[in-house]
Amino acid sequence: MADHSADILVASEICKSFPGAKALDNVSFSLRAGEVHALLGENGAGKSTLIKCMTGAYARDSGALMLSGSTIDPRDTLAAQQLGIGTVYQEVNLLPNLSVAENLYLGRQPRRFGLTDNRRMNRQARELLNGYGIDIDVTAQLDRYSVAIQQVIAIARAVDLSGKVLILDEPTASLDSHEVAMLFNVVRSLKKRGLGIVFITHFLEQVYEISDRITVLRNGRLVGTHDTAELPRKQLISLMLGRELAQTEHLARMTSANAGEIRFRFSNFGKRGKIKPFDIDVKAGEVIGVAGLLGSGRTETAEVLFGVDHADSGRAEIDGKPVRIGSPRAAIEHGFGFCPEDRKSDGIIGDLSIRENIALALQARRGWSRPLSRAAQNELADRYIKALDIRTTDREKAIRLLSGGNQQKVILARWLATNPQFLILDEPTRGIDVGAHAEIIRLIEDLCDQGMSLLVISSELEELVAYSSRIIVLRDREHVAELQGERISAGAIVEAIAASRLPEDA
Amino acid sequence: MNQDLKALLVRLSPQLIALASILLLIFMMFPSFFNIGIQNGRLYGSLIDVLNRGAPVALIAIGMTLVIATKGIDLSVGAVIAITGAVAASSAVAGNSLAYTIVLALGTGLLCGLWNGALVALLGIQPIIATLVLMVAGRGIAQLITEGAILTFNDEGLIFFGSGSLAFLPMPVVIWVVFGLLVALVVRRTALGMLVEAIGINRRASMLSGVRTSVLLMAVYALSGLSAAIAGVIVAADIRGADANNAGLWLELDAILAVVVGGNSLLGGRFSILGSLIGAMIIQAVNTGILLSGFPPEFNLIIKAAIIVVILMIQSPRAATLLEFFRKAPESVKERT
Repeated sequence: MADHSADILVASEICKSFPGAKALDNVSFSLRAGEVHALLGENGAGKSTLIKCMTGAYARDSGALMLSGSTIDPRDTLAAQQLGIGTVYQEVNLLPNLSVAENLYLGRQPRRFGLTDNRRMNRQARELLNGYGIDIDVTAQLDRYSVAIQQVIAIARAVDLSGKVLILDEPTASLDSHEVAMLFNVVRSLKKRGLGIVFITHFLEQVYEISDRITVLRNGRLVGTHDTAELPRKQLISLMLGRELAQTEHLARMTSANAGEIRFRFSNFGKRGKIKPFDIDVKAGEVIGVAGLLGSGRTETAEVLFGVDHADSGRAEIDGKPVRIGSPRAAIEHGFGFCPEDRKSDGIIGDLSIRENIALALQARRGWSRPLSRAAQNELADRYIKALDIRTTDREKAIRLLSGGNQQKVILARWLATNPQFLILDEPTRGIDVGAHAEIIRLIEDLCDQGMSLLVISSELEELVAYSSRIIVLRDREHVAELQGERISAGAIVEAIAASRLPEDA
Repeated sequence: MNQDLKALLVRLSPQLIALASILLLIFMMFPSFFNIGIQNGRLYGSLIDVLNRGAPVALIAIGMTLVIATKGIDLSVGAVIAITGAVAASSAVAGNSLAYTIVLALGTGLLCGLWNGALVALLGIQPIIATLVLMVAGRGIAQLITEGAILTFNDEGLIFFGSGSLAFLPMPVVIWVVFGLLVALVVRRTALGMLVEAIGINRRASMLSGVRTSVLLMAVYALSGLSAAIAGVIVAADIRGADANNAGLWLELDAILAVVVGGNSLLGGRFSILGSLIGAMIIQAVNTGILLSGFPPEFNLIIKAAIIVVILMIQSPRAATLLEFFRKAPESVKERT
């Protein structure tokens, strides 16, 4: 904070209220040229509101904004863009059915005789992207490329338009580790060019990998700004939460190691084109972890087990008796539950209330003609809102209005209400804030202690190591290794993923 | 319970206000509009006429509400009215018993609905295309049944459904009110309503939660077919014959409009059958009002369109924020009034 001359964007004492809530209370924030500044906080801390006040998406109630030393007052995001503040969101804000070049130059295509000069536009687009180390066919439709490439294209467009400040709002949420590395290379090169970069994320590893300074918000207030190098991770988490996180690691594994008998046995289970046949035995009271890179068949494994994709080989047994799992409905009849990875499209029923979302699976199992009474639904909702600490004003609120972590808890509650024997969780902690994250892990451990069988898919290896009694490693839609007991560690998982590549490389 | 009633009134207030203002408007032009008398053991009057004439649209709006709640649409209901009318008429002409005729007509409607449902739920065809098939083919089928002519009949039992009366009310009114209440009750007293809403908002998530999405979709389209069949019988009974070309013509559009005017979103999800029924009455009140006013008939459709645009504008969320804006500055408004 000493060197004010280097501050490119300064927001001072910003206040913003919404009906019934003060979203920002005297928050100040400064961004230097050539730095990556992580903006952290739990969901609802005010990160998005602060960003939106800085980009003109919201009109602030009070406070001042200064860009490169002069006061600015952007009316909308377009004005902010012209002033030099560009934003890239988690969900790429581009047009998937236009070409890459058209996306880059939409609204400002180079013209000749009043017509779009496609050749010049494509050449410029190619040169622009080459500057980011990307060499792709810019005339191809945008949606042919991965989310990571689209993300870089969005950044290229934003920087080309604005060029002073770049705001990245959870850009890595749907990327795998290679793609994150590529994105970070782009961010580092922009940093060298002197841009100020604001980086919002839930991944603390990434914060430590890329950021120079960290600003923490909590409940709409500024907690503090620190140099990343001088802020240990544990202290950062306690700043974000306002309390110390209990250390639960490694304890869980000891308890879940003494699991009961085999309850669910899947042998030679698989579906052509989705996942190669595999064997899984699940004991009562154990957590089976599933690890692998994005696209390695993790979600496919879950969907075949749950009957979303009908298995075309192998058989399933429950307590020694063969069963047929031809649909999610059949799986649910047998006591299965499944929290899908993509909460928004596969999990929540956005416009229905928390109460209805919780009651849904149980109601579906009972059938339409045996409705749960309103009182029973209320009781169910209240019980789980309390038990899982779902933060909401009341149970009749539409679920889409909740934060990601609370939505995830509602989906978990939906399954717990059916009293499942075997719960499949696909990335249960993705994209949710640190507090909810810890609570969900604790819940997984509790359920396991109560004798429930769980299969948890996660890309956070440390997390898997903490609660799994066995870990299945996937690669290229195939189960390649199973780690048990002492062999379970993040390093061993990475090795298993890497080791299995060797035969093909040789 | 009281709270639920209050919530219902709040939900339906725009529709009730719209209906009241249109009735008031007509009343100001025709003070005799609200006059109701009793002749031959049934009520007579313009208001009763609105309820009576609105029966076909009200009936198909009931099924349409549920279809739209699943994020679907049923364009075939007009054609199904023609088919079931033709089936009822030809059955009556053939001298079949009344019960047989009714069961045959309603069964045909159910079958039409199941066909639509199968295309949508099992084959995954977009509802607008799937039901377009029957919308186009349906009149052809109806013409085949009537052999191209207007098939008239004299079965007093069947005619009773069009022009008879029960408890002082015209039979069509009794039918749509009872059917509407019945469906609304069944949907809300069971879990059907919630499950249908869940499918409309997020079909995949509902399927993953164990909801029988295909079965429910089939059922909803079947109900729409059944609603249209009841309307078809009434329309045929009313004119004592089946007109394959004109029976139910464009009524699917009126029904969709009734559902939308009733405050239901075409994007699916939350729905209110009561809202749609009021919507149907709003549309019929507009129709009757225009006819009474004696405007040249060529103006009718334009005036109707204008009134509906106004109603939809009043209902839009943007109008609500605009209204909020004016409420914040009450002084300026007061000065003007």
